Amino acid sequence: MPNPSEHRLPFEAPIYEMETRLTEMEASYAKNRAGGENPGLAEQIRRLRRELAGLKRVIYANLEPWQTVQVSRHPQRPQTRNYIDLIFDQFLELHGDRAIGDDKAIVTGLAHLGDGKVMIVGHQKGKNLAERTACNFGCAHPEGYRKALLKMRMAAKFGLPIVSFIDTPGAYPGIAAEERGQASVIAESLMAMSQLDTPIICVIIGEGGSGGALGIGIGDRLAMLEHTYYSVISPEGCATILWKASEHAPKAAESLKMTSRDLLRFGIIDEIIPEPLGGAHRDHREAAAVLKSYLIRALGEIAAQPRGELLQRRYEKFRRMGVFVEGGHALNGPPAPVA
Amino acid sequence: MSLRPGGQANTWHGHFEPKRVPEGVWMRCEGCQATLFRKRVEQNLNVCHECNYHFSVSAVDRIAQLLDADTFEEWFPDLRPGDPLGFNDRRPYPERVRAEQERTGLNEAAIVGQGFIKGIRIVFGLTDSGFIMGSMGSVVGEKLTRAIEEATLQRLPLVIVSGSGGGARMHEGILSLMQMAKVSSALARHHAAGGLYISVLTHPTMGGVAASFASLGDIILAEPKALIGFAGPKVIAQTVRVQLPSGFQTSEFLLEHGFIDRIVHRRDLRSMLAQLIDYASP
Ligand SMILES: [Zn+2]
Repeated sequence: MPNPSEHRLPFEAPIYEMETRLTEMEASYAKNRAGGENPGLAEQIRRLRRELAGLKRVIYANLEPWQTVQVSRHPQRPQTRNYIDLIFDQFLELHGDRAIGDDKAIVTGLAHLGDGKVMIVGHQKGKNLAERTACNFGCAHPEGYRKALLKMRMAAKFGLPIVSFIDTPGAYPGIAAEERGQASVIAESLMAMSQLDTPIICVIIGEGGSGGALGIGIGDRLAMLEHTYYSVISPEGCATILWKASEHAPKAAESLKMTSRDLLRFGIIDEIIPEPLGGAHRDHREAAAVLKSYLIRALGEIAAQPRGELLQRRYEKFRRMGVFVEGGHALNGPPAPVA
Repeated sequence: MSLRPGGQANTWHGHFEPKRVPEGVWMRCEGCQATLFRKRVEQNLNVCHECNYHFSVSAVDRIAQLLDADTFEEWFPDLRPGDPLGFNDRRPYPERVRAEQERTGLNEAAIVGQGFIKGIRIVFGLTDSGFIMGSMGSVVGEKLTRAIEEATLQRLPLVIVSGSGGGARMHEGILSLMQMAKVSSALARHHAAGGLYISVLTHPTMGGVAASFASLGDIILAEPKALIGFAGPKVIAQTVRVQLPSGFQTSEFLLEHGFIDRIVHRRDLRSMLAQLIDYASP
């Protein structure tokens, strides 16, 4: 039901409007029920419910790239900790990076998934202002990536598959972050993840912001929730470079081809995980159920592969990425004009 | 990989001139603001003789400075960028690429191949910070990855000189970001096979280049006063809203914080590389 404290995206206005009308009708139906059934109103309500579902479907099937960015950043959108609660059992958080401190922008820990056990790493943005401040809005420092890598190494040591939830605007751009080697730590993480001898599944659950996202993003399966983005640069950053103003972010979002459909087309991700009608923020449980079944299926597929091929296949997966022209022939991906 | 090095070799004799240096007898030093006699700077490997400021050098000059004369053999020179996004940064990306090719005389920001340093055969790569800010798109990622794979296969020492203000190239979007993963994966195999990799950082080395191959050397060297970091200083200043400390993100800053091994003057780089390779050789 619509809740006035909800964060409303501008393009969702017709949905909220129809939901309000539906709520009113339902209230009126309930109030007058004592005086006998009203088959006419009941039929109207049924029809409006169908219309509402259709409206959501139409709006969400045709999101502009910038609207997708807005949905991916929706404050009510489920975050790593929500998925941990809704998908996994017996989560046991591990905090230590053994060097600097506990970065709350990345959560790591052990958990049960169905019949198996896994290591979870994921960005956490925070739900309210206090949490968001503590989490730096999901922008991790080097200690966050250190913690993640340490836990992933432990997972590989004990044969635990790794589930990585990516949801960050980017790695934190700050003085301390540079002093502690942000670039070095992310580089180290990319190199190490490519060699961790345990299955790794990476899912973009919200924002896939550049190197900060990639820093926990090397795996055997890459998937994106339907209404998320994954990009080399934020749309605001791109707009600032190209048009000297972040207001042009919608145009940049379009140019960067950063939606789940674009990435599937480029062969970067394996799969788009559908979201509940009207976006994951409207139904955490449903979003989690679909994500859970994806994780279990993907882990099963990797387990069914011949043993010993895991790292070779992971290498080849990233090895293929890129679009260029050689000897007049376009290679890898869609045909590209010769520059 | 269908293309083996040597198959498409193209030996360099420095037949095109670097065009980045503006004309004129005199030039101003960006380090000490002194007015310098250009010829003298050029004779000094593009280093200011007053303050040791290291001006950027073109790919051709860098190869001439570091490798034994006429030993460099370029690999994969005919790789060209595509335009997967149909990107338009005030001009269409293919046009931008063509303009950069004409301006710099290079096909792309990276050059890879093999050469000799004091008689030792090495695989050598560099990114030229003058070509679309030395940014890494699919071609840079592919060339470096192939070069790394060759170094691993042939058990040769690998040296990469990085110069990139642009990091991962925006114009190729997510494909550029994935080059970081691709190159780093190849380096993981090179290290696992016992291969030597020396990374040399020059001004500037930022973003996705710093956060991948540039930071993954057994040994990491940097030229003096180079800007090296993940986020650009402007972005950081806007985020933290305090004055950035002086010398922030310089080679000296990175040395101080433990992220590089040595700062090396350009005139010493060649002999330092030879010495280091010798230490790592059986
Ligand atoms: Zn000077």
